[in-house]
Amino acid sequence: MRTFLLFALVACLILGTGVLQSWNSALLILNMGLVSAVMALGVNLQWGLAGLFNVGVMGFVALGGLAVVLVSMPPVGAAWQAGGGGILLGLTLGAASIVAAVLVWSRTSGTLRGWATAAVLLVGLVIYRMVLDPAVEAVESIDSASTGYLGGLGLPVLLAWPVGGVLAAGAAWVIGKTALGLRSDYLAIATLGIAEIVIAILKNEDWMARGVKNVIGLPRPVPNEVDLQNDPAFVERAADFGIDPTTASTLYVKLEYGLLFAAVLVILLVLSQLALNSPWGRMMRAIRDNETAARAMGKNVTARHLQVFVLGSAICGIAGAMMTTLDGQLTPGSYQPLRYTFLIWVMVIVGGSGNNLGAVLGGFLIWFLWVQVEPMGQLVMSGITSGLSDGSWLKGHLLDSVQHMRLLTMGVILLLVLRLNPRGLLPER
Amino acid sequence: MDLLNGFVALANFVLIPAIAYGSQLALGALGVTLIYGILRFSNFAHGDTMAVGTMFAVLTTWGLQAMGVGLGPFPTALLAIPFGILGATGIVLLTDRYVYRFYRAQKAKPVILVIVSMGVMFIYNGFTRIIIGPDDQRFADGERFVISARDFKEMTGLAEGLSLRTSQVITVITAIVVVAILFWFLNKTRTGKSMRAFSDNEDLALLSGINPERVVLVTWLIVASLATVAGVLYGLDKSFKPFTYFQLLLPIFAAAIVGGMGNPLGAIAGGFVIAFSEVGITYAWKKVLGYLMPPALQPDGLMQMLSTEYKFAISFVILVIVLLFRPTGLFRGKSL
Repeated sequence: MRTFLLFALVACLILGTGVLQSWNSALLILNMGLVSAVMALGVNLQWGLAGLFNVGVMGFVALGGLAVVLVSMPPVGAAWQAGGGGILLGLTLGAASIVAAVLVWSRTSGTLRGWATAAVLLVGLVIYRMVLDPAVEAVESIDSASTGYLGGLGLPVLLAWPVGGVLAAGAAWVIGKTALGLRSDYLAIATLGIAEIVIAILKNEDWMARGVKNVIGLPRPVPNEVDLQNDPAFVERAADFGIDPTTASTLYVKLEYGLLFAAVLVILLVLSQLALNSPWGRMMRAIRDNETAARAMGKNVTARHLQVFVLGSAICGIAGAMMTTLDGQLTPGSYQPLRYTFLIWVMVIVGGSGNNLGAVLGGFLIWFLWVQVEPMGQLVMSGITSGLSDGSWLKGHLLDSVQHMRLLTMGVILLLVLRLNPRGLLPER
Repeated sequence: MDLLNGFVALANFVLIPAIAYGSQLALGALGVTLIYGILRFSNFAHGDTMAVGTMFAVLTTWGLQAMGVGLGPFPTALLAIPFGILGATGIVLLTDRYVYRFYRAQKAKPVILVIVSMGVMFIYNGFTRIIIGPDDQRFADGERFVISARDFKEMTGLAEGLSLRTSQVITVITAIVVVAILFWFLNKTRTGKSMRAFSDNEDLALLSGINPERVVLVTWLIVASLATVAGVLYGLDKSFKPFTYFQLLLPIFAAAIVGGMGNPLGAIAGGFVIAFSEVGITYAWKKVLGYLMPPALQPDGLMQMLSTEYKFAISFVILVIVLLFRPTGLFRGKSL
């Protein structure tokens, strides 16, 4: 009942936006709300079900975005000819030297062990750079204003969503292997670090996804607005509804994205619910509530943690791919930890950690607030400053600072929920 | 082969910047490690605490500059540090009173406190941005160089210049003074000893009549001061931008963990380990090696192992290596 009422409230909020502001912004909130809900599901799987503290959501989301570029953009033939082989060879050599270092470390012993491993790594690094650098330079010099990268595989963009999940899962496996089993704070710092590194790589490895030059014009799974406007059948139907073709086409495109996202969300939600209520879910919760007892019962705690960490991160990767598809561009400069990591956490905590529906609700509600706090703050601020004379320094400063109100508001909401209702809006059952 | 020039280049581009950066990281890591030792959680809001303190100091600096008060060759910001500390202390104590105390009384799990500190981080971040804005702010004034590269070349007749910025000298001296006071306080005074006892064994400390709220209060005072000093020094050396301070969280935590969480000595060592590796690995060694190697072995490339954008990766890799091979850190952590 409570669940139904709260979801109805969110629906009213979004419909209200449609009536009061515009249906376009309402659908925009709905679409990003769907994406946010998927991210929140991923974090909830890790935190709510297993108690893992992952603050690297941004990194996994960005990997999902990278997958869209790598899968869907057409390959740049000239760049592949110039340096594609060199880059692949370089990356292989880099991976090989890491494997070699691990082998040296595990096969030797004594005082020489550390030095031998370090030497292998150093030699590996030099060879890797010697192969990779010229190839990268060759690739980046090819028509650098519009391409300058290898391009993708030219496959349908929807395929990028699962691939994004796989990329994120791979990264999560590597981190989990090293950091799980340590104290929870260490996992937090490790994930925070890996997220920054993923963003740094995206920003600087121009051969991969053009770095800060951004990849724009990603293929879309839905028709283009302009094509729709030129389609007489569509214009006719729009006229039947009594809306002009331009608005109709934007609404139609957004609606179609919304349906795609909703389908993904429903599938993931059903799977999460099944997982939560399965014996596996019970085991995870038992581990979360008392690790020692679970271990004594013969559960392999570290392996289970790794499993759920990889799954949750994969969901974040899928969400990231969906978001990049919606944006139609990959802009590594726009990934901010406050927005892509900590905001998702607010969603999970507010919605109710451990409850999948709660996470989804939190995703919608917090996203709505995140978008709407700014206009609301604008209103409040202009109310406060109406007494001040126009053009005064303080008034200008206060009005400028409205855009930062949302950070403050999110912090206050998080603290209030943690204090007054720590189990969230929809508590775990 | 030119050892002298090689050494000067090394000092100019690696040693001096790394020592200054290391001192700033060490001060930051000391704050994190003290919170961890006494309050027993990883404070994610620490970077933003630094930003808040620095913001107050920057505002005071501007006020002082407008009034024409200055320190001559030294930056005015030094005069403003006490005000920055005052501001940061006020904010931090308010936060403790209305946020953290509740969870302390509940004996909440550390991870809950970490999440709470995430909320505090949001609030500090928004607060700083509302007051001073998200942009770069420069507030350094006074003499820019102690020795500029050109003067050094004229003085010594060497081909390589050595420039020593005022901010770097001030950073190192201030850091030494602050750390000396801190260690004197922790080891010699009654309050400091009670803090160490509390960190070592809370129950035993409570039994022997140590007032926990007082210990916590003093800890926040020290942490706010350390954070402000670290923040102002970093801002003088580079520039003040709220987002950069938030990003400092990673190297600071890496420093604290590498040194051993809860161990002040470790925090300092960790700060320098991180700083030296960051600067060393992102520096293009071509110049230094050009002086030190015989001509036949001169390198062709820049000899830069990673580009500077990857400096976060370095703190992270060191962190992972330490966690894998010595999870308690270089110095055994966990108590002050």
